[in-house]
Amino acid sequence: MTTNEALIKYCLRLGDTSLILGQRMAEWCSKGPVLEEDIALSNIGLDLFGQSRTMLTYAGEIEGKGRTENDLAFKRLEREFFNNLMSERPNGHFGETVVRNLFLSAFTYNLYKKLSLSKDDTIAAFAAKSLKEVTYHLRHSGEWMIRLGDGTEDSHNKIQQSVNDLWEYTGDLFAMNEVDELLIAENIAIDLNEIKPLWNNTINEILERATLTRPLDGFMQKGSLNGIHSEDLGHLLTEMQFLPRAYPNSKW
Amino acid sequence: MSNTDDQGPIWEVFLQSKPGLAHKHVGNLHASDKEMALQNARDLYTRRKEGTCIWVVPFDAIVSSTPEDDEAFFEPSNDKAYRTPTHYVLPEGAKHI
Amino acid sequence: MEDAKKLEEFQAKIDAEIKIEPKDWMPEDYRKHLQRQMSQHAHSEIIGMQPEGNWLLRAPSLRSKVVLLAKIQDEAGHGLYLYSAAETLGKSRTEYLDELKTGKAKYSSIFNYPTLTWADMGAVGWLVDGAAIVNQVSLQRTSYGPYARGMVKICKEESFHQRQGYEIMADMAKGSPEQKEMAQDALNRFWWPSIMMFGPHDSDSPNTGNAVKWKIKRATNDQLRQSFIDKTVHQAEIIGLTIPDPDLKWNENRGSYDFGEMDWDEFWTVVKGGGPCSKQRLKHYNDAHNNGEWVRKAAKAYAEKQNSKQKVA
Repeated sequence: MTTNEALIKYCLRLGDTSLILGQRMAEWCSKGPVLEEDIALSNIGLDLFGQSRTMLTYAGEIEGKGRTENDLAFKRLEREFFNNLMSERPNGHFGETVVRNLFLSAFTYNLYKKLSLSKDDTIAAFAAKSLKEVTYHLRHSGEWMIRLGDGTEDSHNKIQQSVNDLWEYTGDLFAMNEVDELLIAENIAIDLNEIKPLWNNTINEILERATLTRPLDGFMQKGSLNGIHSEDLGHLLTEMQFLPRAYPNSKW
Repeated sequence: MSNTDDQGPIWEVFLQSKPGLAHKHVGNLHASDKEMALQNARDLYTRRKEGTCIWVVPFDAIVSSTPEDDEAFFEPSNDKAYRTPTHYVLPEGAKHI
Repeated sequence: MEDAKKLEEFQAKIDAEIKIEPKDWMPEDYRKHLQRQMSQHAHSEIIGMQPEGNWLLRAPSLRSKVVLLAKIQDEAGHGLYLYSAAETLGKSRTEYLDELKTGKAKYSSIFNYPTLTWADMGAVGWLVDGAAIVNQVSLQRTSYGPYARGMVKICKEESFHQRQGYEIMADMAKGSPEQKEMAQDALNRFWWPSIMMFGPHDSDSPNTGNAVKWKIKRATNDQLRQSFIDKTVHQAEIIGLTIPDPDLKWNENRGSYDFGEMDWDEFWTVVKGGGPCSKQRLKHYNDAHNNGEWVRKAAKAYAEKQNSKQKVA
């Protein structure tokens, strides 16, 4: 594997994670618990789509085969997506979305902080800009965690269940392979072992304020690095990619 | 603890559009508490780069005069034109005053 | 006696173009009319999110997806501004939403039509938003202060909405033959419902009298409809699409287009709940509202706990 090949994969990971989570956020449109929250969820979605466009465009450029952000978003198959497993988790109820988004934004927040010093200028600029966005996403999901955890008995139970259910997808966030090895050596990527303790701190603090219990690490899902996903991703892609696939020769 | 389902209290939103300017009333929203009110104000009223600072104030904290106060409050100042610079006659040619 | 004098003063203010503000005296009918009109307007924004939301997840490019999401989000915002203006009339958002939930309140019938293809995103933006904007521009001068201010804000933000729709139509009209066909089909389906958005003819419109006298409405249904048609015909010609009205013809004397009669039977059927998506739209709203109940209650319970902690401390 060349550095370039590794870099493409790395950009796809970042871009795909934002894209798939963005699509999940778009699913909330017109379904929020209050009008104000509907608007907030859309804002998060818009940030994420913006992030994915930057990274997918860059991946296409490095690849040099003329693929655009849209080619990469709409014309790749299930096994060619490298978003982490957490991002594709279905929305479930509002609390489940909050937990998923918290786990992810606590990850990207700590990752982008470090990535903003990447030797790759585009990634560094992407991370610096995205950091501002995910800082807000983290605050948003964190504040909701606290309200749902320390709200009613019903909400407490619901969200504790979501924490328990989603915990097994947290391992995949920190998985690394030769892509990382290569790029860490070039000071482009970050060793995720450095991010883990930071993520732990963020999560522990919020769980405590939310009066919730951190589950013990048990079985952990894995596979996103190799394009192995849950069944849910295929359905998401089927819907998302419908038009460009149904009319392959049309421009939109 | 009340168990009714509602939209939460109203918060009035004031936005400063750039440093140096006064905060201006832009509208209101519903939120359960002040942090949520602040976040909602950010999401609702700054979607188009409108702001550099947000205030949220509980609607109940605002004291308003009423139309019945109008005459007593505002009309007495009508005949005090000496508070405005155009009231004064300046000698021909005087500048920068 | 007192009321007659107040009514006279009220009308004098209206005639002098002085805005009515929440704490001012107003006739009960004025208040009721505004409560109904503003909440219908707000409900329309909220329900109007659904037909477009139907294609959000299937938008064919990332750009079209963010544009559509931003537009639908604006609609939520505009619904919110309108509820907030309507709340100044002494009725809470919860009460207004209850009327929507139970089907007691109406919203614009146009949203009870389905969006069947991506081209409908073009037609909705171009025609439905286009028609709404004509109405809203006129309402910027409405006599009730909070409503007028809300309209000014909404018109400013909506300026991109119609362009977004028109751009989709224009792109598809010059795209592949099947895309052009889709665009024409969307225009065919949305044209008549769009021009019916302005409501019945003035001669059949029972609420117009007082609304015009009190300057809640600044132009009549037929005036607004004509103004919309006059500006839209040319836009269709430019992109090579045909408006599905054989009677559409420029009238030199009037300086306006003549057009065919609308299907008022269909109009009243949809108004009375017989639209293709009437039940579906209401159910979608109710499901979202019901699914959010535990969240709203949790937020409220948290706030109450924090408040009582503060009092102890």
